[in-house]
Amino acid sequence: MDIIISNSVDTPLYEQVKEQIKNKIVANELKAGELLPSIRSLAKDLRISVITTKNAYDELEKEGYVKTIPGKGTYVANKNTELIKEEQLQKVEGLIDTAVSIAKISGITKKEIKEMLDILYGEENENKQKSIKGRKV
Amino acid sequence: MANNNKNILEVKNLNKEYNSFKLKDINLSLPKGMIMGLIGENGAGKTTTIKSILNLTSIDSGEINIFGMDMKEEAKKIKEDIGVVLDDSFLSEHLTPKDINQIMKNIYSNWDEDLFLEYLKDFKLPLKQESKDFSSGMKVKLKIAIAISHYPKLLILDEPTSGLDPVARSEILDIFQDFIQDGESSILVSSHITSDLEHIADYITFINDGKILLSKTRDELLEQFGIVRCSKEDFEKIDENDYEKYKINKYEYDVLVSNKKEFKRKYDFKVIDKPTLDDIMLIYIKGEK
Repeated sequence: MDIIISNSVDTPLYEQVKEQIKNKIVANELKAGELLPSIRSLAKDLRISVITTKNAYDELEKEGYVKTIPGKGTYVANKNTELIKEEQLQKVEGLIDTAVSIAKISGITKKEIKEMLDILYGEENENKQKSIKGRKV
Repeated sequence: MANNNKNILEVKNLNKEYNSFKLKDINLSLPKGMIMGLIGENGAGKTTTIKSILNLTSIDSGEINIFGMDMKEEAKKIKEDIGVVLDDSFLSEHLTPKDINQIMKNIYSNWDEDLFLEYLKDFKLPLKQESKDFSSGMKVKLKIAIAISHYPKLLILDEPTSGLDPVARSEILDIFQDFIQDGESSILVSSHITSDLEHIADYITFINDGKILLSKTRDELLEQFGIVRCSKEDFEKIDENDYEKYKINKYEYDVLVSNKKEFKRKYDFKVIDKPTLDDIMLIYIKGEK
């Protein structure tokens, strides 16, 4: 499992770990029921603090992506597809919001944006799988 | 019932005065399975704090609790389960690791010879060579091997990485993370090389002029604190309650805030940097409020 930690971005370390594990769950690279590394061993392998790793796992649990069974470990939860979709939708909405703000400042019209969307969608339809996995944060 | 206390080490209102130096109301708590970094300038009181915890120097008042026992009353019992690495080595440099093994076997009832030999192998230390010929990194690794070969539950180290090159320092951080893998053992480590502790320490305690300025989890400190860099006019718009300290530089003000998210919500400032421990230390020590 690849997890890449960067020190030069503003994103907190625990969030970097959380997001990357989450992306792997969404992309089905990590499958429901799969056992995740223990907090301590992951902390050691990533050379980050135990509490940072615990914060990442706690957030994943809160969002329903993993489940911790005391004394056994942390497992990928049975996927609640609706929940994941809802989350992804929010993400998309946020990004479109940013795009619209930029467009408004620069005088780009709604029509132009719609055209852009049509073009982008046309391309991505050919490779749906990629569009889910593709976005890198 | 076993001791329910999940803190391995607790220091309460520790005070100590000698010559012109004072430790004032030091409070610390270190939970099981965690690493705490004690940071501060040279002369801030790190070594005195450590020596007070270890009962190596008398204290004027306060309480030191380790493994749920009072250090004053049960020092001998407590020390069986502590590993210590101090700056001054108490062993002659003319001894080889093999000699040291013989000596330690007689000192600690729970000294594990095989474990010690295994550490020597792991750390690539020669068995039959006098330690005076070791590099500084090897000397520190030997001290650590000595300190952890009797299964201590608490490892206390004073400036173990000072004077070491980045490779040796990184190897020592690996040893630390291995040591806490069981979830039961903890480490208290002082350093003025803050970058060593920035990632792996769970708690950061910042001591200055004999007082504790901050003691927080690494994430609270490094992910929530921020440094606002702004002009004088902008600085004057900030409410006094919304920052910790500020420092005036030639072209800008550096303002330390303890919750950058909230700050961003309230003010419209462009530059809020993620601080390093050094940044935080510097503004606390040199800054004003």
